[in-house]
Formats: sequence, structure tokens, C-alpha cells
Amino acid sequence: MLYNEPSPLETKVLTRRFGLPNSASLETYLATEGYQAFLKAAKMKPEEIIEEVKISNLRGRGGAGFPTGMKWSFVPRTSPKPKYIVVNADESEPGTCKDRLLMENDPHQLIEGALIAGLAVDSHGGYIYVRGEYRYLIEILDKAIAEAYAGGWLGKNIQGTGFDFDLYTHTGAGAYECGEESALLESLEGKRGVPRIRPPFPAVAGAFQCPTVLNNVETYSAVPAIIRDGGAAFASLGVPKAGGTKLTCLTGHVNKPGVYELRLGFPVKQMIEEVGGGIRNGKKLKAFIPGGSSCPVLTAEELEGATMDYDSMAQRKTMLGSGGVIIMDEDTCMVKAVLRIMRFYAHESCGWCIPCREGTTWIRKVLQRFHSGGGTRADIDLLGDLGKNMLGRTFCPLGDAAAMPIISFVQKFRNEFEAHLDGKPCPYEHAERLVAV
Amino acid sequence: MTFSPELEARFDKLLKSYPPGRQRSAMIPMLMYAQDEVGSVTDELIEEVARRVGVTPLQVNEVLSYYSMLHRKPLGKYHVQICTNISCQLRDGDKLWEHACKKLGIGHKEVTGDGQISIEEVECMGACSWAPAIQVNYDFHHSMTPEKLDQLLEGLRKKQ
Ligand SMILES: Cc1cc2nc3c(=O)[nH]c(=O)nc-3n(C[C@H](O)[C@H](O)[C@H](O)COP(=O)(O)O)c2cc1C
Ligand code: FES
Repeated sequence: MLYNEPSPLETKVLTRRFGLPNSASLETYLATEGYQAFLKAAKMKPEEIIEEVKISNLRGRGGAGFPTGMKWSFVPRTSPKPKYIVVNADESEPGTCKDRLLMENDPHQLIEGALIAGLAVDSHGGYIYVRGEYRYLIEILDKAIAEAYAGGWLGKNIQGTGFDFDLYTHTGAGAYECGEESALLESLEGKRGVPRIRPPFPAVAGAFQCPTVLNNVETYSAVPAIIRDGGAAFASLGVPKAGGTKLTCLTGHVNKPGVYELRLGFPVKQMIEEVGGGIRNGKKLKAFIPGGSSCPVLTAEELEGATMDYDSMAQRKTMLGSGGVIIMDEDTCMVKAVLRIMRFYAHESCGWCIPCREGTTWIRKVLQRFHSGGGTRADIDLLGDLGKNMLGRTFCPLGDAAAMPIISFVQKFRNEFEAHLDGKPCPYEHAERLVAV
Repeated sequence: MTFSPELEARFDKLLKSYPPGRQRSAMIPMLMYAQDEVGSVTDELIEEVARRVGVTPLQVNEVLSYYSMLHRKPLGKYHVQICTNISCQLRDGDKLWEHACKKLGIGHKEVTGDGQISIEEVECMGACSWAPAIQVNYDFHHSMTPEKLDQLLEGLRKKQ
């Protein structure tokens, strides 16, 4: 199903089958060039597949944006150990709701992407790690996998190519940290989702300590189009150093929130105004988070000339992230907004390393006191310092994910923190507030 | 412990999904699917799953306490999960949560007297563009309002 109207400004590559009758079925998939890329890849040398992915300039869509072809090339293909393909379908970065649509509307595209990755690194088995809340998607995926086995697109000697591949779904059970690749791999082994020390990276010691390719759902879903139409065609849709499109989730105060597939490099202003229909109730834009709640926030002024791609966001000291765009209008209380974000990170910190466990909780407590009118001027600096002390000092990047929002909110919206001082009521909330939580 | 034939079939499939000697991988999925049938993760269930995947009950206990969707106490027949995370909060998910608490007279992870409904304030559930979002058991409901929630709760109260 689709939950919002598409926009005419979209570039439909990964979402091209969305809206077709039975778009999730093998029949529809095969009728629309489905599995053709796999057949083509099966005739290519593994190095050629990886080269094509490199040419496409595909970068990971899970948040970190690592070049996918390069990641695949790190897998020791000739290792005697089995190799695994792992799909990260844990989608839990606040603001992000796009992998869900790819699995719901075109599960075979994901399966085909995993198969091609298998060909590229000589892997014969894979797992789709799906967050526990997405039970209905596991049912859709299981059905698609069963259809693929029945149709000879999974299993032994696929379509007479001599290539074997098995694919399974694996349900998570509620933990944001399990979206982090090494924690996910621990969870897949039936353990607590505690991150692993790296190196070794998953390419060398991943699932069951074997070489593993681990990518996001959207990353794998882009692969069939890359092999089918060529890496250069995909690359040309984006910007020089990042090819293709990005599923972008517009959330918050826009008139037409929704998930839209936009070419990389799409102008931010046009995205808000034309794709998103502008800010709701004719209000002004105050703040913008480009790719999930862990990315540093930008002010409306900083968006001048910005485009939705890795470099444009990096120039503004933030990140394209997962594509979860969070849009806040002029009436939004920034203290309340960052409090909610930090409550999340405090809740989800796995507790393994101290800077993250203690830092996130401390920040949450100070913000709670602040928003309820008990903040002091010294607290403002304390918040920023706590964030800076976590940044780069934690065992896994969850600590950074938590540090970046608090540091940027305090830096860019200091005046709003000051407006909450000395027991003053929150300027944006008329409700009575309690002092001290 | 005895389970339904569907669940047994699911267990069989899960235990065959992982490399030899890696049956422990099936533990969390088995607990998730079994919890839906049993109602919660009981001591008996822990022992059963431990036996089947070849670990001690203590090891199962240690793992399950990490995961927020595995619960030791039964929830309501309909578990209403309301997201108040940032994208939902911006569209009044927090007010929706307060409304639900008042309406039902219960709080976070509590169950109504008749055992029909429980509520939980949850983190982002992947419905941010159609906020505020809630889930009833595994079903999503998008773009909720207090009125829509009232209607839904009315229905759930009466539903068998
Ligand atoms: C705390 C944390 C949570 C993450 N959650 C997710 C997630 O839900 N989905 C995802 O694909 N990547 C997530 N990532 C990124 C993964 O660690 C990893 O970089 C990504 O899955 C690699 O795939 P890609 O190269 O295709 O993006 C998370 C990272 C961190 C640090
Ligand atoms: S923030 Fe509520 S579903 Fe994502």
C-alpha cells in the first residue's frame, strides 16, 4: 500500500512498481523486468558486478553513506569460509519510514539485490533482519521468498545458472541499537545487541564470524536497476560523487508529509515548497533535520542554496543520513524538541559504555528540568559540554548520534534555552508546567 | 510445553534457518512468535526455548531483558502503542498519548481492569510521514486524532 500521494517531481527508480496492481507479487515483478538484472549478473564476473556498482556511485542508504561497491570489494571472496548477505531492515532512526515501503510494495526487488550481492562476493545465503514491529512486512517478505523458491529464483541452481542462494527473514524484538551493524550481527546470533569492537569489520568477520556484506534495504533495492540499466545511468541521476535517487521521508510541519523518491542533489527549498506543499498553516520554517534525529539541526538561513546530497549537507556540518527529514515551523519549542530526541537516545543507549550510558541520561535529566522551568544559565553550557564529551568517545556511533543533536540545538537555538530560564513559562506552550520533574 | 501446529511449524523452520551449531540464533524469533500465542514470556516458555536451542534458561533470561518487545507480564488483549517520538510529537503525538491515558485511566504499560486494553508510549515505529502513528498489536494506524483514537478504543473494548 501507499500512504501518501506521489509527487510529479519524483524520479521513480526504486519505486517504479509502486502502485501497480499486486506490485509485491512475483508475477508483477517478472512482467516488469524483474530478475533480469540477476540473469545478467550471473553472466558477469564478480569483479565486473562490483565495478558496475562502483561506477554507479551508490552510497549506503542506512545513514553512514559508505560507498557500496567499495564495501563489497573488501569481502575476501576466495576465503574458504561461508559468506553471508545481511539486509539491515531494522529501520528505527526517528524520522525514517522508507524501507517499510520498499519491502511492502516491492519485496522481490530487495531479494534480487541480495542475490546480486551474493554473486558479487560468492555468498550463498542471507538474512533479512527486520525490526520486530514490522511483523506484517515479515509476512510479506516470507510470502515473496516462498514465491521466489517456487519460481526457481532462490534455492539450488537458480534458473540453471549453477548459483545457489538461500534467504531467510529474522525478526528483531525492539532495540534501536540493533540497527547498528555490529550490534545487529550479535542479535542475529541470539545475543544482546551489544556492539562489537572493530576491526575486524563485518566484511571480514560478520555474521557467525564469517565474511559478510551488510547493507540497508534501500541500498540493496537499488542494485537491480544498476545492473539492468548500467552503473553510469544510475550515477547520472545524482550528483558527481553520489549516484541515483534517495527515498526521502518528509515529516513534521509540512502540508504534504510523505515518502518521495528524489534524485540526489534535489534543492531543499523546492523539496519543502513543491514536494511537501510548504509549511503547514502558512507558517515560517524554523529548523530542519536532514536525515533522521541524529543529524545536526540546520536553521532556515543555513538552508540557503542547500541540496539533498552528501556533500551539500557535509558543507553545512550535518549529514544526509537515512533520508528522514524533520521539518519544524516557527512555533516549535526547540527545548521540547531536543528533549524528546534525547529521551530517545537515553532510552536506547545499550548501556555497554559509560560515556554514552551516563551522558545521554544526564542530558535528558537536565533538559527535563529545563523544559519544566528549573534550568539555570550554567545548564546551557553543561548541555553542550556533555554532548562534546560524548562525541567520538563511545564504543559505537550511538554516542555520536546522541551528541550531534544536543550540541547543534544548544549552539543554534541558545536564545530559546535562555527564554526558559528562571522559571519562565515555555514561550511556546501555554499549558501550566511543573517545576522539577 | 505444547504449542499450536502453526507455531511448531514456525519453530521447525526457524531452527533450520541458521548454520549448523548456530541454533541459538533462533532464540529471539522463537520467543517473539511464542509470546503472541502464550501471552507473555513465562518461566515455562523460557525453559522450553532454552531446551530447544541448546542454552540454559539463565542465558535466555539475560538476552530477553535487553529487548523491549519481549515482556514477562501479560499485556492487554489489544496492546495500543502510541509513538511520541519527534516526528509524531510535532504532529501532537504527545497529546494523543495523554489523551489515551486519561481516557482509559491507565498509564504506561498498564492494562485495563477487564484485561482488554493496555497502552505503551513507544519510540519511533517507522510511520513518521503519516504521524501521529499508533500500533494496535501489529497493525498500524496512521494520522491519528483524539477522535479517531476514541472510536478505535470503543471498538476494542467491545471486540472479543
Ligand atoms: C545507533 C545506530 C543505529 C542504526 N540504525 C540503522 C537502521 O535502523 N537501519 C540501517 O540500515 N542502518 C542503521 N545504522 C547504520 C548501520 O550501522 C550500517 O552503517 C548500515 O546498515 C550499512 O548499510 P549501508 O552501507 O547500506 O547504509 C545504524 C547505525 C547506528 C550507529
Ligand atoms: S516518530 Fe513516530 S513513527 Fe517515527
